[in-house]
Parts: sequence; C-alpha cells; structure tokens
Amino acid sequence: MVSERPAILARGLTRRFGSLTAVDGIDLDVAPSRVYGFLGPNGSGKTTTIRMLCGLLRPSAGTATVLGHELPRDAEKLRPRIGYMTQRFSLYEDLSVRSNLEFLAEVQQIASATRDERIAAQLAGFGLFECSAQIAGTLSGGQKQRLALAAATLHDPELLFLDEPTSAVDPRSRRDFWEFLFQLADAGTTILVSTHFMDEAERCHHLAILDRGVMAAVGTPRDLMAGVGAAVLEVETRDPRRAHAALERLSSVRSVAQLGTRLHVLLEPGGDAPERRVERALDAAGVEGRARPVPATLEDVFVAATRESEEVSP
Amino acid sequence: MIARRRIAALVRKEFQHIRRDRLTSGMVGGLPLVMTILFGFAINQDVRHLPAGYADLANTQRSRALVADARATQVIDIVERAANAAELERLLVAGDISVGILVPRDFERRIQDGDRPPAQLLANGSDPVVLGAMRGLERLPVRGAMRGLGPVPGLGARLSGKPRQTFETRVYFNPERRTAFFIVPALMGVILTLTLVLFTSVAIVREREQGNLELLITTPIQTPELMLGKLIPYMLIGFLQITLILGLGVLLFDLPMHGSLADLYLCAGVYIFTVLALGLLFSTVARTQFQAFQMAFMSFLPQILLSGFMFPFDGMPGWARAIGEVIPLTHFLRTARGVVLRGAGLPDLWKDLWPLALFGCAALLIATLRFQKRLD
Repeated sequence: MVSERPAILARGLTRRFGSLTAVDGIDLDVAPSRVYGFLGPNGSGKTTTIRMLCGLLRPSAGTATVLGHELPRDAEKLRPRIGYMTQRFSLYEDLSVRSNLEFLAEVQQIASATRDERIAAQLAGFGLFECSAQIAGTLSGGQKQRLALAAATLHDPELLFLDEPTSAVDPRSRRDFWEFLFQLADAGTTILVSTHFMDEAERCHHLAILDRGVMAAVGTPRDLMAGVGAAVLEVETRDPRRAHAALERLSSVRSVAQLGTRLHVLLEPGGDAPERRVERALDAAGVEGRARPVPATLEDVFVAATRESEEVSP
Repeated sequence: MIARRRIAALVRKEFQHIRRDRLTSGMVGGLPLVMTILFGFAINQDVRHLPAGYADLANTQRSRALVADARATQVIDIVERAANAAELERLLVAGDISVGILVPRDFERRIQDGDRPPAQLLANGSDPVVLGAMRGLERLPVRGAMRGLGPVPGLGARLSGKPRQTFETRVYFNPERRTAFFIVPALMGVILTLTLVLFTSVAIVREREQGNLELLITTPIQTPELMLGKLIPYMLIGFLQITLILGLGVLLFDLPMHGSLADLYLCAGVYIFTVLALGLLFSTVARTQFQAFQMAFMSFLPQILLSGFMFPFDGMPGWARAIGEVIPLTHFLRTARGVVLRGAGLPDLWKDLWPLALFGCAALLIATLRFQKRLD
C-alpha cells in the first residue's frame, strides 16, 4: 500500500474567484482503490476542489497530479480515465435513458463490439432496465442518480469523482448506492466523494473535513473520532433550555446541541475533569443535571475541527 | 384583492433583473440610438450610383454627350466600357454592371427619323430597383447643346407635342418584371438566416444553462468535434429548407432556373455554413439562452435592412454599403439571384463566395478558440 503511487496528489491547491478564496492551500494524498470522502458544509470548497482535480478549473496556486497527469496541463490525457458525477443532474433530460448511455459510450469510444453489451450490463446493474426507454427528465430522484452513476462508470474509469451524489435520494437508495461504491473500490476504482451527511462520511476509508476552503482535519474516520481533541459529554437534565444557556456561558465549551432532553456538549480539554466542570457550571446556574463522557461522533469531530479554524481565520 | 404593494414589488424586482443583465440594459438605450441613426442615414429609396457600362458604337459628339449626361444624373456610375453589344451583355450576366447603355451605330439617323428611341438601356431585371431607376433615365433628353452644339434639328419640332423616349429599355433575366422572381431567391437567404442562426446560437449555451456542459467537457470530446457535431445537423436542415423554398418557387411562382442547380446548392452550402458558424460564435459569447436570442435578433435587423433584401443596396451611401459588404446575407443574395435569374456561373459567383467562406471560417475559428473545456 505504501509503495503504491497515490491516485491524487495535491499540494497547496488554491482557487480564488475575484476576492473570494474558495479553496485555500489544500494538500491531498488519495490512495488508489479507496473511497476518499470530502465532508463539509455548502460553500466549503468541495465542488471547486473536485472541479480542479477534473481539470475543469485551473488552480490559482498549488499543484495537482491526478493518475500521474499534471494538471491543468495534461487534463485532456486524464479525461478518458476519470468519471465525474456532477452535483446537478447533467445528462440530457429530453433523451431516453438508453440514448443517454449510447451517446456517452460513443463519446468515450467504447469498442463497438462490446458497446451494447456494456450498456445492457449497466442498465441491469443499476436497476434501470425497465425504464431504459423512459425520457431521463421523467425519472425519479433515485433513478436519476443511478443513471448518472451508470453514465459516470460506463467507460470503467480508474478514478471516479462524485459530487454530493446522494443529496436528492432517500435513505434506502443511499445504502444501495454505497454498497455499489465499495464494490467498485474492491475492483480497483479510486473514488472521491463529497458529502454533507455524517453517516456517509463515516463509511469512507479516508476523510478530509473542509471548512471555508481550508482542510480542517484529515484521517480515517476512526482516527478522527479518537483524536477529536475535545471532551465529549452528555448532560441529562430536567431543564435543557436553561442548562443550555448556562453551558453556553462557559468559556471552555465549544458547542452544545440539544437531543431531546439531553445535551451533547463539546469541551476544551485540560484543567479539571470535564464532567466536574460542567456540573459546577450547572450548579452555579441552579440547574439540576448530570454529565457523563460519551464516545465522540463524526459530527463532534466536524464541529471541533471547524470551530478551530474559525479562531485561526478571522 | 389587487395589492398595489405587490405590483410595486414586482416592478421593482423586474428593474433589478434588467439592471443585472448588462446586455438588456444596453439594449434599452443603445438599440434605438444606434439603429435609428444607422438605418436613418443608410436607407434611401432613391437609387444612385448603379454600376453601369456603355458601348458607344456611334461615337459622335452627341452620343458622347448623352453618355456624359446619363452619368451626370448620378443614377449610374460608369465603371466599364464595352466594345460592342455582346461584351456589354456579358458584363451584365457576370454581374459587373446593372445597367448597360448601348448607343447604336445609326444613333444619329434614329434621331433624325425620330420614329424610335435612338439608344438602348440594358437593364438587370433581376433587381426591381434597377427597373425603377431606368424609368427616370429613359426620358433623358438628347442635348446637342452641351458642348456648344445647337439643338437637334427636326427633333425639337417633333418633341414639342409629346415627350419622347431617348432610351428603349431591354430588360434582361426577368423580362416579365415579376417581383416574385426577385423575392424568392432572396427569401432563401432570409429564411436561412432567421432559422439557422437561432438554432446554433442556443446550441452550446443551452448545454451550459441546463448543466450538461459540465459533464460533456469532462469527457474526451474535442472542441472541433463539438463544433462540427453542432454544425452538421443544421447544415442538413438548411439544405432541406433551400430545397423546400426552391420547390415552392418553381411550383407556385414559375421561378426560372437559369443557372445550374449544383452551383446554387454550393452557394447555399457556403451560406448555411457561414450563418451557422455565426450562431455558434454567439453561443460561445452568450451566458444564457436569452442572451443568445437577443444577439441573434440584433443581428437580424442590419442583415435584413442593409443587405439589399428590403431596401436597394445601391441606394445606400458608401459607408453603409461598406457595412453591407461584411454582412453575409448581402453576398448570398447576390449569388442566389445571380444563379437563379442571370444564370451566373462559378467564375462570376466567386467574388461573393469567397467573402462568405472567409466570414464563416473566421466565425468558426473564433468560436472554437473562445470555447474552453473549462469552467473558468
């Protein structure tokens, strides 16, 4: 694994639009045959980064080498080897499912002898066989997503970019979708997928958390959760609203989120035991409550990482 | 309930849209300003400076004076001198001249006899404007007085009763003076322009607007492939339209076909290509389909007004004719009328074909260079 050449290698990747810096000095090392996730809110630079790595946008600064091709110089050589599923449905809504795939098969120059076979396999594999004559614009959200993925993988790309592929899809379809991604990765495809769903991010082999164009944290989801760099507590209380207000005033508290009658609290490490500090603060405010440490979730990692960067960049 | 507040909000919002769209806000003031000044000065129903040639077979003082007088009217400009009638006809067929003045050898005797017009005008009947102008020239008096010659003896007496014709006009190419003959070949050009520019001007910008372009440019597709792929279907549609118009012209209007059909399709092919390339150029400039439509429509007005389709090309001042020369439709109208009505062949058509081809190639080249397989 160590000796293998990374599928994507980027250093100091930066993209500015006028005075706005959408992506700010990102370093990336994406290993082959892995599912690599970009987790971040809207506007964190996920799409811009993916577009730079596809050769659709030129970086303002920094370098990117994708599958051994230096970008943006060798973007054309890269194109036959990648698949890209755009955030917005980008197939032809006025063509049938089959016509869309036929068009892309020709554009990708799939051998004529195997073309129809390949299309049939994709239609069957993505559960689109019954609607192959249907006009793409009339498909449901889940069907459109499957068609888009079928199109992006039609030419068997070595590297697949997926930009928020599951945003318009129900949970059941999302699970099937991820099953398929792992099949692809097992078969050797490298996958870079962006998402703002925590549960999806947790499934990735490797994860980068993006926040306002900056890489806030990077690692495997497990390592990220273990090294969250904050104490995570759950507070049980009769009066969550007042407890919430009391804890917000505490300077070492990074975030408080209410989950029904419980509060999920992130605390700066250091000093007294965290549960002691929380209970003291609650006592002082005259609120009854008990705190106990819980394992960090990816959301905690996300909140902790993005809050830190807030302090760094004014 | 009609709420004034809601209407006011809509009005305000609409103005905000207009202000955001620079092309539209430019059209609000710029279009009337430019178009009024441009076309106001350019369009003139009085025809002047028709290119003319003459063959003076009599070559007397009076015949030379007649040619000079015809020139002095400014209706014609003498650009060619022919040795005989046949050469004059050839110049007319080639399209080098619109009018030929033929002074026959027996010019002086005809004046004396006075029973028929002493000279002839050879007029290009494929252009009704020319025919209109000829009506004015026909009665140009033969003046012997110009260079100290006395009045023509005998003629004055005969003239005293009714005005007499100096020229007898022979109409070439369209002897029945039918307007349809003149209009139908021109309609080919106008219809092609109106439909084809719109097709290609939205071709690329539609993919951009609907989000297909981001996928398309991530594939190995090459820019020239994309451009040709967008041109070819509409080339075929253009040929279909030409065939349809021509068929209707022949069936309904007895349109003559003096030239070769192959030449006509060649000219049409070059023109179709040019128009489509212009549309593609719009498509790479426009950000939205709406803008592409605006550009296409703005290009229609000068094409129809300055090409010689609606108003006489020869009636425009020099600068407006210069603008007309860079308009593709101007050249296509000349070739189409040339082939259909005058039976012009390739050597004659060439002078209008190369500017067309040049325009088309330049537009396609700029469109190809402008189009980037990138989003920035």
